[in-house]
Amino acid sequence: MSAAGPPALDNEGARPLGGAARSAVRGERKSASEVARNGESLHDWLMSDRPRSRRQAAFGRAYGTWRTFARNRLAMVGLLIVLGLVLTAAFADVLSPYNPFVGDLRTTRLLPPSAAHWFGTDDQGRDILSRLIYGSRITLFVVVLVAVLAAPIGLAVGTVAGYSGGLVDAALMRITDIFLAFPRLILALAFVAALGPGIGNAVIAIALTSWPPYARIARAETLTLRQADYIAAVRLIGASPWRIVWRHIMPLCVSSVIVRVTLDMAGIIITAAGLGFLGLGAQPPMPEWGAMIANGRLYVLDQWWVAAAPGAAIFVVSLAFNLLGDGLRDALDPKAAK
Amino acid sequence: MRASNVLGRFLVVILLTYLGLLAVTFFIGRVIPIDPVLAIVGDRAPEHVVARVREELGLNKPLWEQFYIYVSKVVHGDFGTSVLTSNPVMQDIRRTFPATFELATLGIIIGAGIGVPLGVWAAVKRGGLVDQIVRVMGLVGYSIPIFWLGLMALVVFYARLGWVSGPGRIDIVYEYTLVPVTGLLLLDSARAGEWQAFGNALSHLILPASLLGYFSLAYISRMTRSFMLNELAQEYIVAARAKGLSEARIIWRHALRNAMVPLVTVIALSYAGLLEGSVLTETVFAWPGLGLYLTNSLQNADMNAVLGATIVVGSIFVGLNLLSDLLYQMLDPRTRAMVQAR
Repeated sequence: MSAAGPPALDNEGARPLGGAARSAVRGERKSASEVARNGESLHDWLMSDRPRSRRQAAFGRAYGTWRTFARNRLAMVGLLIVLGLVLTAAFADVLSPYNPFVGDLRTTRLLPPSAAHWFGTDDQGRDILSRLIYGSRITLFVVVLVAVLAAPIGLAVGTVAGYSGGLVDAALMRITDIFLAFPRLILALAFVAALGPGIGNAVIAIALTSWPPYARIARAETLTLRQADYIAAVRLIGASPWRIVWRHIMPLCVSSVIVRVTLDMAGIIITAAGLGFLGLGAQPPMPEWGAMIANGRLYVLDQWWVAAAPGAAIFVVSLAFNLLGDGLRDALDPKAAK
Repeated sequence: MRASNVLGRFLVVILLTYLGLLAVTFFIGRVIPIDPVLAIVGDRAPEHVVARVREELGLNKPLWEQFYIYVSKVVHGDFGTSVLTSNPVMQDIRRTFPATFELATLGIIIGAGIGVPLGVWAAVKRGGLVDQIVRVMGLVGYSIPIFWLGLMALVVFYARLGWVSGPGRIDIVYEYTLVPVTGLLLLDSARAGEWQAFGNALSHLILPASLLGYFSLAYISRMTRSFMLNELAQEYIVAARAKGLSEARIIWRHALRNAMVPLVTVIALSYAGLLEGSVLTETVFAWPGLGLYLTNSLQNADMNAVLGATIVVGSIFVGLNLLSDLLYQMLDPRTRAMVQAR
């Protein structure tokens, strides 16, 4: 944390300089780093104890984090699976062997797994593998959108509460506690019930129920940063509270919130699948994994594969996000490990 | 004086949290959905009918007054009438709650009964086989959808192996022979000496309860492990060893006793979490409890029932949360001292 402090101050110090002067400084720095790179290997440049530029420090930190992360084999497995999910979603139309929406009701209904249909077919004769492949798009869509919606809310509430203190802090934290007081799935259910079923509303409902932990984390981080010397210095220069929160506190809270979001992604996937299972998330014929389990439930005692495959997909992807999140946490915050 | 101060602050927190909880459900029920008047009279109703229904529903009053009326109704246990069952929602909840209570309680007994010893074992033999098992069980527990695991368990243990009974709480044969005293089938049948019914109810209960138990076990064993590791690193453990106490006594009497303090919180929280898990589990096992009531109401857009069940589950959740806070303060001599010093 302290390593990231000074550069922010440095940036503030550079502000009064004119544009030309600033670019001159930057140009000089760049050439210094070029020299450094020519003189030593890339590894040495990245691992340098005395980075000569802000950029080198940032790259160095990222590289160090990556090295810690890459040593964790399980986390790498998680990362590979998540990358695989992204690629599957991107190339779904190339990868899926059959049409995921239309099946042949006469000849391919409820077929067990075989060479032609690896995971069998469902009650409408659709190839389950193709549906799983297309379903990865929905899963990614939900996860990314919830993260993009919930993390900034939590970050904003937490940093503002932590920095302002007093009445604002008390009020914001009480609201956070109230949201935390509800069991998450049940609150999401109530929201969806009011908004109406559908994938978009499911995303909104999950996002509305996932921000409180992020707010708590951001507030805790802010409280430790608030007394830091560099914040006092920025305040002396005359920065407004909003600027301090936005430019100098929030960026430092981002990494711990990202770790928490990654750890939460498995929960988000499972909650979304739960909503789909109850018929409140994605609507048919969308190949959402939870809804596919709900559909397979009707045939589960005889044609178990219809429900088994999508559940296994949810399990694998959630496990991957959990492993990835654990690895990220250990790499970014060695204190929390063990 | 000081103790009453702490208690007073505690009561204020409870009150505020419950008010907030009601504010959220009020907001969901009144502000978000499409006009409830239109939902009743339809969009072709003449102007004066719309106005009259609006007045009957109290929707022409200012929002704060509506909220006040809402709160006072809820405080008196009036959640309105369920559209689906045409009973008062409170009556439906009273009828369905025992089933959920029975399920969640057996679940937490399984979860804590196995999870705590497992976690202790994992901490003592750190890095050993049991430690690895606890780690894997935790990871799987966080990654697997409970409703899917339930379905697969039904396929294996009910359909293929026939070890347990299928969905539902009890076979229809016994359904009307039992006099509901507590609403808990195990207790009712045991009291009446109907051991066949007891066995039948148990064979229905055991699979969903084990499932919920597994999910709390995954969490409880992980937390027990980390609390125990914390305690075992303390100096008083070294002192106890130096005194020559047996290892078993050190672990179970000295370390676990101190680890129990935060563990009580964890167990209370996972008990509350089982209420949430029961929504999906009850759907899979056609278990006629609060969770199934909630999902049925959801699917029929029965908002009074949905919000009533949400408030009840939320209240229990909040209550258990606060109770665990209170227990923590009572059990831990350090926080007790701090409270007194303040």
